[in-house]
Amino acid sequence: MRLTLTNRNTQPRLRAAFSLGVAVLLVAGLIASQWLLGDAAQQMQFDARLAPPSVDHWLGTDALGRELWARTLAGLALSFWVGCLAALLSTLIALSLATLATLSARLDALVSLLIDTLLSVPHLILLMLIAFALGGGTQAVIIAVAVTHWPSLARVLRAELLQLRQAPYVRISRALGKSRWFVLHGHLLPHLLPHCLVGALLLFPHAILHEAALTFLGFGLSPSQPAIGVLLADAMRYLSGGYWWLGVFPGLGLLLMVLGFERLSSRLRSAL
Amino acid sequence: MRLSRLSLVLLCVALVAFGLMMVSPIDPVDAYLGPQMAQVSPEQRELIAQRWGFDEPPAVQFGHWLRQLVSGDLGWSHVYNQPVSEVIGQRFQRSIALLSGAWLLSALLGFSLGVVAGAKEGSRLDKVISTYAYLTASTPAFWLAILAVLLFSVTLGWTPTCCAGPTGTLSQNVTLATRLHHLVLPIATLALLGIANITLHTRARMLELMRSDVAIHAFAQGASRLDVAWRHGLRHASLPAITLAFASLGELFGGSILIEQVFAYPGLGQATVAAGLRSDVPLLLGIALFTALFVSVGNMIADTLYGVIDPRIKQGNL
Repeated sequence: MRLTLTNRNTQPRLRAAFSLGVAVLLVAGLIASQWLLGDAAQQMQFDARLAPPSVDHWLGTDALGRELWARTLAGLALSFWVGCLAALLSTLIALSLATLATLSARLDALVSLLIDTLLSVPHLILLMLIAFALGGGTQAVIIAVAVTHWPSLARVLRAELLQLRQAPYVRISRALGKSRWFVLHGHLLPHLLPHCLVGALLLFPHAILHEAALTFLGFGLSPSQPAIGVLLADAMRYLSGGYWWLGVFPGLGLLLMVLGFERLSSRLRSAL
Repeated sequence: MRLSRLSLVLLCVALVAFGLMMVSPIDPVDAYLGPQMAQVSPEQRELIAQRWGFDEPPAVQFGHWLRQLVSGDLGWSHVYNQPVSEVIGQRFQRSIALLSGAWLLSALLGFSLGVVAGAKEGSRLDKVISTYAYLTASTPAFWLAILAVLLFSVTLGWTPTCCAGPTGTLSQNVTLATRLHHLVLPIATLALLGIANITLHTRARMLELMRSDVAIHAFAQGASRLDVAWRHGLRHASLPAITLAFASLGELFGGSILIEQVFAYPGLGQATVAAGLRSDVPLLLGIALFTALFVSVGNMIADTLYGVIDPRIKQGNL
């Protein structure tokens, strides 16, 4: 894999570092904007309800006269936090279950049965079931997304672990009488860390998209929060009135964010 | 072997889904009573709970539910006031038109786009197709549906904005043409999203073939790239495409939930959302099991087709 990548891309590390820098800047800007704007996303202007995009109202306003650009930014920031937490949690689950699976054949069978079970229910239905069971809200969304997204990463990590276990230095370490725990956190985990990082980054766009979908359907964040799913669900009510900006911009923001992270993770993957 | 695995997985799905419903903070008696909740005395509640077996331990309840399930009784849906199996049956009939249309369209289009992009690697056409595939892979399904409604229904007025037929007409009186007219946009949106995955995989597989010895040999004999794609590429690339098409049934169903919600199409997806939002536990459980069966059977078909298309796999030589 490494060969073909270096052929196409002469400086993958430089490119990865560049896109990482851009992403960090954008995310820092997003977070700073939330801090600077305060509650601009919730401020109503009753003299400017459903105003189309103009110089005064950059992306237009919604039915309560709230600025759409401020709400979209706030929604993206919310998505970012939810996505981050969910992806991290999911990676942790994947790592621990993959480690468990390599301990014994019986545990391995159990984990693979769990994976098969999770993969056999459509993602969205499973998400709805879990969000329903936890009673909805931000926490429920984070847990639901985390619990459903780990199988693919767990498979990768498990295969990697099984291969690593046969590596000479690991076998020597075991033969010298080191404990399983020592081998795991001294030899195996450092090796798995880059995989986990890339895995988390790959999960992140999915997590964001599923969070938005779940919220859009009414199972996620509460309708009082300016999440992208809430904005789009609101927009649905005004579609036939021709208020196109309500439906177009929040989704466009989400798409750009997902695309950006997708790009970043694919560049990081080719750099590692 | 496969069947026993399938039933084991389904049993696990039932267990997980049932467990989730048990931890849910929603009280089943409240959900059943709905707005009449306030008019019922604690004694009556207890009676209801006793009659429905809510006071028994979860394991006993699960056994009871499972026994009913095996005998074909999925319970009563209080949202639709019908047996769950009937709700699922009716709704699925409407959804299957949407699902199968989008599925066929996305599989065929995705495959042919992938073959073309792979055969003409680096050309302008390839770039357009690849960019399109990468873009749709990151697009939220419901947003695309909203855009489609805005463009084709609201601005251009070509298609209706909602439902499976004109409002105010009985579903028996809706003609096939109007039915299709209402289905065109949902199918197109759902298919548009499904294409990306198949296209990217088919393209990768075609690139692999174009660099293989087979292709080099054919080129040396004077075959053009399209020739090679047609004679060797189709078979080579069809295997992952078919597997993906069957393996993506879950994704397709998830997409259909969102699309049905945007187009207010009264299919199984909409019923799922209604069941979840109005805490119709039996219906939710029934749908979860039903879709799990649907997806698992899809995966099983994919596995079987693998062997049919490439006999080497069945013989274990590969």
